[in-house]
Amino acid sequence: MLEIKDLHVSIQGKEILKGLNLSVKPGEVHAIMGPNGTGKSTLANVITGRDIYDNISGEIIYKGKDLMEMAIEDRAREGIFLSFQYPVEIPGVSITNFMRAALDEIYLYKGKKPLSGGEFLKYFNEKKQLVEMTANLANRSVNEGFSGGEKKKNEIFQMAMLNPDLAILDETDSGLDIDALRIVANGVNKLRTSENATIVITHYQRLLDYIVPDFVHVLYGGKIVKTGGKELAFELEEKGYEWIKDHADIEL
Amino acid sequence: MSDSNQILDEVTQSDYKYGFVSNIETETIEKGLNEDVVRLISMKKNEPEWLLEYRLKAFRKWQQMEMPDWAHLKIPSIDFQDIIYYAAPKKKETLNSLEEVDPELIDTFNKLGISLEEQKRLTGVAVDAVIDSVSVKTTFTATLAKYGIIFCSFSEAVQEHPELVRKYLGSVVPYTDNYFGALNSAVFSDGSFCYIPKGVRCPMELSTYFRINAANTGQFERTLIVADEGSYVSYLEGCTAPQRDENQLHAAIVEIIAHKDAEVKYSTVQNWYPGDKEGRGGIYNFVTKRGLCEGANSKISWTQVETGSAITWKYPSCVLKGDNSVGEFYSVAVTNNFQQADTGSKMIHLGKNTRSTIVSKGISAGRSHNSYRGQVKINKNATGARNFSQCDSLLLGDRCGAHTFPYIDTKNASAIVEHEATTSRISDDQLFYCQQRGLDTEKSIGLIVNGYAREVLNQLPMEFAVEAQKLLAISLEGSVG
Ligand SMILES: Nc1ncnc2c1ncn2[C@@H]1O[C@H](COP(=O)(O)OP(=O)(O)O)[C@@H](O)[C@H]1O
Ligand SMILES: [Mg+2]
Repeated sequence: MLEIKDLHVSIQGKEILKGLNLSVKPGEVHAIMGPNGTGKSTLANVITGRDIYDNISGEIIYKGKDLMEMAIEDRAREGIFLSFQYPVEIPGVSITNFMRAALDEIYLYKGKKPLSGGEFLKYFNEKKQLVEMTANLANRSVNEGFSGGEKKKNEIFQMAMLNPDLAILDETDSGLDIDALRIVANGVNKLRTSENATIVITHYQRLLDYIVPDFVHVLYGGKIVKTGGKELAFELEEKGYEWIKDHADIEL
Repeated sequence: MSDSNQILDEVTQSDYKYGFVSNIETETIEKGLNEDVVRLISMKKNEPEWLLEYRLKAFRKWQQMEMPDWAHLKIPSIDFQDIIYYAAPKKKETLNSLEEVDPELIDTFNKLGISLEEQKRLTGVAVDAVIDSVSVKTTFTATLAKYGIIFCSFSEAVQEHPELVRKYLGSVVPYTDNYFGALNSAVFSDGSFCYIPKGVRCPMELSTYFRINAANTGQFERTLIVADEGSYVSYLEGCTAPQRDENQLHAAIVEIIAHKDAEVKYSTVQNWYPGDKEGRGGIYNFVTKRGLCEGANSKISWTQVETGSAITWKYPSCVLKGDNSVGEFYSVAVTNNFQQADTGSKMIHLGKNTRSTIVSKGISAGRSHNSYRGQVKINKNATGARNFSQCDSLLLGDRCGAHTFPYIDTKNASAIVEHEATTSRISDDQLFYCQQRGLDTEKSIGLIVNGYAREVLNQLPMEFAVEAQKLLAISLEGSVG
């Protein structure tokens, strides 16, 4: 589904990603771990098309298409979804209207007939239950005055609404108490199928108790330096990132 | 909700949709302005002597006045002798049925989405359609008459209800008020008149649709709304004009009187031709709108969505004379390309416990300039008066300007006046967030801007709100990227 080869990314003259490789197949869950500031969000941004980097080289192929050539909105319409680390507020725009607009655009792009008002509401209410979203929250403006946990819930709710093929969850666990974490993780798990894939970015092992990954990658110094199964997450948690330096699969 | 869908669909249609010119046979008089022209207009309208006198006094006053220069606007000099002051679609006399209206005219209004055929209007909005200088058709007059409501063209009111017109004309905006007000008082051609009797709640929205069609003409309409004790009316105003390279002058007056316990809601979606992307052409919109809360517990609300015109000079205001009366002003003003707007409100508190609210949302893009100008005046007898003003500016791009000029003048120590102002930009983070959900740049901006203006749009009647949302998105086309 996603093939990243030798990805280099720099911002303001500083190289952040230095030859990153990653391959994700349908049905898989990949966790990307690494200390703060290593470029995990940068990777998510580059996949989704954020246009703030001065230099990007390498290859990102998604469903056989060159992503670098695609506009941000087209990547989204092709099924790439990002659960933001810091979701932004859009005052005055209700979540309902926001999702309606987004869904209509995606349907239009795919040549499908947009949902009628009634169909949309039914669908909307179904998905709301998935993340135990209250009616009150759904009527509020997008992220405006939301607590950290509410913001993350709202991201997963939107993910449920848009039903992506490739979901990237950027630190979706940060700022969540244990109950919220469970709800959010449950939502993500229910959305898993053999057709879609998830990339979970986190620097705590905790989330991976709930969303069990097939692969764990350690991002360090701009590259994926170690890949393993879910037990790698425990090892990391226990031994810290210093340990990686001596046990990397590739030269640092 | 299907509305927001539709709105987003239509964002992609660029340019001014209403720029067409209709081929209507028009009767015009010679260009230029002098006492004879004033007399000629009055004669054509078969006016009583007192009204001619009123016009002449206004004209003489206007000649002594100077064009105001205090607004934050660059107004090219206007040659008032190069304007035609009267233009009317031919073959009128009083029209009794729609068959007598020029088909081209009906067609024009159909293109604008305004149906003049009553039976075809499901929404139940009574319309007075004004083209160039005259009112061509008022709908639902008979239905409204059952309630004792008078809703007709201004000219008709002068003939049929002279005592009402005489009593209220100029009672809120005297001809001495300001330069453009004096000009209007001298040469006003037509407009709408509305009277709601005591205790009557008007059963439908009343609406005036203004259309400039003829070239080189000025439009000077006059609207007078009187709400008698305990009555209620919601009034809508829409306007468009053809796309022309020359600027055209529009100088209107709207006067509202609300008696004891009466309420008037006046909503405008102003969409005069704004000029092209280089700043050529467009309407000069110099308008005086003022409401008088004459009686106790009366209320007047102005809601405006201003997207059109090359230059806008407009300050819908309330004089809060009755005790406990309430004045409100909700405004969204968008400027793009080379448009200029200087708009805001005046709230004059005279009575006790009078309250006013001002919510102004400016949106500037391109190389435009957008100013809020507001005055809150608390008289010494206005014990317990309160005002709250919120003035927000949203900037798109870095070549436009937003300015705020609030004036507060309090002569009563018990008054509470609050003013808040913010300036913001659409952030890259917001845009990226929307785009990541599948919306393209223009749709993202449309959505964000409509969200920003939500508080004001919520004040509009449903049908108008949808129109306004589309307009907001369309008028900002191509402003980013
Ligand atoms: N807009 C930006 N401008 C300059 N530097 C940035 C910007 N965004 C991120 N960076 C830098 O890029 C590096 C990687 O950041 P990020 O991808 O957010 O890390 P992570 O998500 O792994 O914590 C950091 O050193 C950060 O300071
Ligand atoms: Mg990060």
